This record gives sequence, structure tokens and C-alpha cells, in this order.
Amino acid sequence: MLAKRIIPCLDVREGKVVKGINFVGIKEVGDPVECAAEYDAQGADEIVFLDITASHEGRGTMLDVVRRTARKVFVPLTVGGGIRTIDDFRDTLRAGADKVSVNSAAVKNPQLIREAADIFGCQCVVVAIDAKKCPDGHYTVVINGGRIDMGIDAVEWAKQAEALGAGEILLTSMDTDGVKGGFDIDMLNAVCSAVKIPVIASGGCGSLKHFTDVFEQTGAAAALAASLFHYKELTVGEVKEEMKHHNIPVRMV
Amino acid sequence: MIAIVDYGAGNIFSVKNACDYLGLSAELTKNAEDIRNADGIILPGVGAFPWAMNKLSESGLVEVIKEEAVKKPFLGICLGMQLIFSKGYEFEETEGLGLIDGEVRLMTPDDLSIPHIGWNKLEKNRDCPLLKGLGDDEYVYFVHSYSARCADEDVSAYCGYGERVTALVNRGTVYGAQFHPEKSGKTGLKILSNFADLM
Repeated sequence: MLAKRIIPCLDVREGKVVKGINFVGIKEVGDPVECAAEYDAQGADEIVFLDITASHEGRGTMLDVVRRTARKVFVPLTVGGGIRTIDDFRDTLRAGADKVSVNSAAVKNPQLIREAADIFGCQCVVVAIDAKKCPDGHYTVVINGGRIDMGIDAVEWAKQAEALGAGEILLTSMDTDGVKGGFDIDMLNAVCSAVKIPVIASGGCGSLKHFTDVFEQTGAAAALAASLFHYKELTVGEVKEEMKHHNIPVRMV
Repeated sequence: MIAIVDYGAGNIFSVKNACDYLGLSAELTKNAEDIRNADGIILPGVGAFPWAMNKLSESGLVEVIKEEAVKKPFLGICLGMQLIFSKGYEFEETEGLGLIDGEVRLMTPDDLSIPHIGWNKLEKNRDCPLLKGLGDDEYVYFVHSYSARCADEDVSAYCGYGERVTALVNRGTVYGAQFHPEKSGKTGLKILSNFADLM
């Protein structure tokens, strides 16, 4: 049986780990390679780098970070943020990423998923979906950090992404993200019941219970968290101890 | 020196990175002479069975691998593990290296998605030098859609994924890991260093 995965996510800008302290200030806080190695030591099952570099020139810096991380970290590495073309996929994989996550570009051009899956294999294509609940109860896909509603049903989009060859869905709820009130159980259930590929839960965790809840109440294969681990409110090891306590299959290190 | 066979398959740098991290001398090579002179051989691989066999034969490496793999420690990883069997059935029937009797066929686990991606638990079947020092609760990282069907006596460890999946095989000097030791954290690094200890 597969272990449920715990995935720390690092926001990287111009080669540095950053974490917004509020909407205005972005604080640079460290070397992504060192942070990734620390998470690996804590027992992370996978590490996600989200490149939030605005400029195109910054991509080279990110690839260098990936290259250096791949020499020190021996768990799967997923890289996302600003991936738009097949060349972006190729460059990122060649630098040492195991998976590439694509968001807005896939919404705008779904065939990118199929092309990437055909060339590199579906195992390395992660489709990131940011979604929020509509007044009518449906979930809608949003892009640009939730600012643009694409008017696409998130469950249908997840099914389409799977059919096009996505290997995994990384589902972030814009309603729970940053709130620390727990993962969006209803949204996760809606998507998990519609697809067979693994769904990674993202957005909203603030406590140990939120991790056990998401695995006990949904079919999510993995849970992703950024600030919780980043600000050392919890370690990956603590989360895994709690999961083990709840008899959730987990890889202990 | 470990020869990491470079026949154009993707993602071979991660194997090299893991060897470097462990302080093992390892070189990527497509040269038959290097493979003959090496103390051990690793055959990595991500891709499709017929494509990989074709690449190996284009590079003139099939015979040298067959000869050398029975003389010194040889480890096939993922697709490289599948290639050591007699036959593969990915898209079409293809002859493999035939180092261990068996066939590689599409997995058909009920209600589970293919590919089998993620951390799965090793279930030891037989004593194996590569598992030395590891406990009973070890997870390793898998990414594959096809799996090997072979004699139980050649299987060192299985894992469960709807069906019993061949995870680690061994016959003589030939070893094969369906999972990626280079992506399996400390457990995977231990398996690689156990392999290097055989040299």
C-alpha cells in the first residue's frame, strides 16, 4: 500500500526562499538547497519548489537551484511556477527535477499537458489547480493567485487534465489557503471522487489534526504545506508521528 | 569504479548524484571498454522497453552487458531492472537481456491508478545483500506501469499495489530494483552503498 505523502513547499524568488509576511512585504529567508536538505532530513516524502520570480531572466537562477538541490536531496523534487512551454519542462527536468507542475499555462492551453506527458511521461506532469467555491456550490478554477476567475468547473478541469495525461493533481483551495483552519475537505472529496490519479491537498493546514483529518476524510494521496513548516510551527517528523498514531500508512525516517 | 550505462535514457544524473554523495567513484559511459574495466555496473533508465533495448543494441552494448553482468555486481534500476528479464511486452514483444528468466507486463491492479507512483513498503522475500542493515518498515519510491513476473526464488522483495509487485530481484551477481534507490531517501542510499560493498 502506498504511504500518504507529506510535502513541504518552498517559495523561491531569484534563487532565495521567501515567504510573504503580509501582502506588502516579501522577506528573503534562506538558501533553498539548505531548506530542502533540512526537510529531507525531517522525513519529507517529496519537496516542491514554487518559483515566484517575476522576470524571465530569473529562470536560469531557479534551474541552478534545482541542479544544486539534486546533488544533496534524494527524494523526488517537483518544480513549478512560470512553466509555459515544453522547453520549460525539458530544462527543468534536465536540471534534476523529477516532476514539473503547471498551472495557468495548462488552463490556457490544455494540450500542453498532453504534449508534456507524451514526451516526458505522465509521471512527471503535475497539474496544479487553484479553485474556490461559487455561491451555487460548484468549484471554479482561478489563476493569478485567485484574482482571475476562469469560469471553468474545477472538477471537470481535473477530469480533463487526467484524460490529457496528467500524473497528479495539486489542488489548492483559495478559500482555505492561508487561513489555517484546515484543508478544504469538501473540495478535495469532489475532485478525488472524480479522478483516479493522486490528488495532493494544499491550502489551509494549521495543526496536526488537519493532516490526519485530510487523510481520514478524503482520498488525498498527499498533503502539502508551506508556511507551517517554514516557520517551524511543526516539523515533518511531528506530522508523521501523529499520522502513524492514527494508523495512516506513512514512511517514517 | 562503477560504470553507469548511458544509452540515452533520461534522468541518469540522479544516479550519478547519489553515487557522488556517497563518495563512490562512478562514471557515466557508453563505452564497452569502460564497462569491461569497471568493478560494478549500474543500468538506469526511464522510458519504454523496446526503445531502450533498441538504444542498447545501437550502442553495441547488449553483448558486453550480458557478459559482464555475470562477472561482477550489476544493478538495473527501474526500466534498467525490467531489461534484465527475458522478454518485455510494452507496446510489442521485445527480447530483453535475459539475465533472469521472466517477463515484463502491464500491471492491472483493480481500482488503482497506473502508473504506480509513490512510496511503497518493501516486503522482504529472501535475504539479499542489498537489504543489509535495513529494517522491516522501509519505504522506497516507485514510478512504473509495467512489472516483472518471475520465479519467486529470484525475488528478494515485493511490494503491494493491488497485486504483489516484484520490487527487488537477485540472481548471482545480477540485481534489479523496480524502485528508484536514488530517490528513496536514506533507505535508497543504503541500498546503493550495499551494492557498492559487493565490489
